[in-house]
Amino acid sequence: MSNPKPRFAVRDLVAEAVTSMLARPGRTILTILGTVLGIGAIVATLGIAKTAGNQIVTRFDPLIATSVTVSNRSEFGFFGPQPNVNLLPWDAQERLERLNGVVAAGTLTNVDTAGSLTRSVPLRDPLARNEFALNVVAASPGTLEVFVAELKTGRFFDEGHSDRADPVALIGRSAAQRLNIDRVDHQPAIFIGEHPFIVVGIIDDLAKEPRLLDAVIIPNGTARKLFGLNGIDEVHIRAELGAAQLIAEQAPIALNPNEPGRLRVQAPADPTSVISGVEEDVDALFLVLGGVSLLIGAIGIANVTLVSVLERVGEIGLRRSLGAARRHIAYQFLIESAGMGFIGGVVGASVGVLVVVGVAASRTWTPVLEPWVPLAAPALGTVVGLLAGLYPSLRAARLEPVDALRAGM
Amino acid sequence: MSLPVVLLESVSRTFEGTQPVHALRSVDLAIYEGEYVAVTGPSGSGKSTLLNVLGLLDEPTSGSYLLDGVDVRAAVDSERTALRGRKIGFVFQAFHLLRHRTVIENVMTALLYNGFPRKERRTAAQTALARVGMGHRMEQTPDTLSGGERQRVAIARAIVAEPSLLLADEPTGNLDTKTSESVLEAFDDLRRDGLTLIVVTHDATVGAHAERQVEMLDGILTELETST
Ligand SMILES: Nc1ncnc2c1ncn2[C@@H]1O[C@H](COP(=O)(O)OP(=O)(O)O)[C@@H](O)[C@H]1O
Ligand SMILES: [Mg+2]
Repeated sequence: MSNPKPRFAVRDLVAEAVTSMLARPGRTILTILGTVLGIGAIVATLGIAKTAGNQIVTRFDPLIATSVTVSNRSEFGFFGPQPNVNLLPWDAQERLERLNGVVAAGTLTNVDTAGSLTRSVPLRDPLARNEFALNVVAASPGTLEVFVAELKTGRFFDEGHSDRADPVALIGRSAAQRLNIDRVDHQPAIFIGEHPFIVVGIIDDLAKEPRLLDAVIIPNGTARKLFGLNGIDEVHIRAELGAAQLIAEQAPIALNPNEPGRLRVQAPADPTSVISGVEEDVDALFLVLGGVSLLIGAIGIANVTLVSVLERVGEIGLRRSLGAARRHIAYQFLIESAGMGFIGGVVGASVGVLVVVGVAASRTWTPVLEPWVPLAAPALGTVVGLLAGLYPSLRAARLEPVDALRAGM
Repeated sequence: MSLPVVLLESVSRTFEGTQPVHALRSVDLAIYEGEYVAVTGPSGSGKSTLLNVLGLLDEPTSGSYLLDGVDVRAAVDSERTALRGRKIGFVFQAFHLLRHRTVIENVMTALLYNGFPRKERRTAAQTALARVGMGHRMEQTPDTLSGGERQRVAIARAIVAEPSLLLADEPTGNLDTKTSESVLEAFDDLRRDGLTLIVVTHDATVGAHAERQVEMLDGILTELETST
């Protein structure tokens, strides 16, 4: 027998499937609804996760990401504040500056002034309010660099001031206002209790530790001599970007080689792990939801295709009588279900993208979406439709023509 | 004489079951090109079974069947399907038109599976519809047509691929006497054009249109003497 099988025309089958879908548009729309929801949920999830992740990157503060703080663990022990046992060395700044990856380092210690108030005039005037309970802190010169302090006027103190225990002080902008000091060129004096200090500079702003704006900052050496400072509370370090984790490990050893474990280290979480962590959390939850809706969508398509096969038994018989092979019947229903999945994917991707844009707009975020997501969505929908149509199509193909024809139309 | 279009030799068809049904019992039948054969007989006598075997929709349990000289019993399922698409046209009692397609689309479905050139399909369908007097209703859906018109559309579909054999099972079974006439006239026209026709009917007036009548009785086929 020559050429018993006519050439199988994909185009005809696609045309037949499309015509069938268009013949009952309402039903086709209802059928694809589940897939639309499933794909939409997945696209929206990936988009929102990406957008939120991007937002975290945008908000990501390099200052926080590079800050490492080492403090005296025994400071607040089991029995409350402990006497300072001096776990941190006075030359902490120099030791840390030797480490690779340290941009700046310095110490910060609250000075116990035994309740002394601070004033800018030599005489106490009981009527005028000119005495203030300002925080007095001792710092090393590098501290202000760590906090990215900007001076309104004057200069920082240096190692020399500390070594000589010079009575010099920096004051914060708010403290300066209260003390009524706005210039330092005439070397204004302030008094902490009975101790006079020369103000060498006024701090205008700090990127970190803004509470210092309302404080008086004096060199470590001066604090030791005048107020009997016997130890350091905290060491602040600014590391190079990406080096914070490494410095967090090395700093305690550099500061106290004998008992590094007794120091408390605060370092930022690994920024990349923060972002991917957030993305993964959001992703996992919503992808499961999207997957579930997609499964429901697939069941929907399978169900409708099966109903459609059962309704169209007569049509299947007719087509078999017209020379359609079993595979033609199977392909027709497969193409129909895949087509519905494809449309579901396209519509779902559009819905998902709109949701991402909407959510981003409501938070004034920049919507971000991997370009492959909306492109892969129709493919995913098609696969879902194909899988859903498999069983109904095979059932349609297995029908015997005579039995199918008996069903009528 | 030329080769018969249909040659059945001792064809039997038995439906297995708790009570086996012998729907065809050793049927011998030769039908030549251009013949118009009516198959009559009471309900359940095996007429549809015979037609299904002739149309390659069903396979005999035993016996041989040559269609246009081709031994179809030796052919595999897919080959029989292809033969069916090219050589046989069916007309059913219930019309079997696709409700959501237009008249001309319905006719063109008969050209989908037999390698008919896509560009010539519409013209061929128009020609077929004109032959049965339905050339004026091509863009309507079947719902808007009368029963007789629907059956004529179905006939157009059955002949559009120019089959060797047209098989009709109770083509007027769903029609009243008046509309039946138009369908029978369509068959008469096709017969005049030389088409080979086999029409199953239990209606004697329908059978009278054919030049040759065979009768089925309990699976046995008998040739009837006809007065033409
Ligand atoms: N698929 C089948 N399975 C079992 N019995 C069948 C089947 N098809 C037909 N029959 C039986 O075969 C006999 C002939 O049926 P059929 O050819 O349809 O008769 P007709 O068309 O003359 O009314 C009947 O007894 C019918 O019940
Ligand atoms: Mg019958």
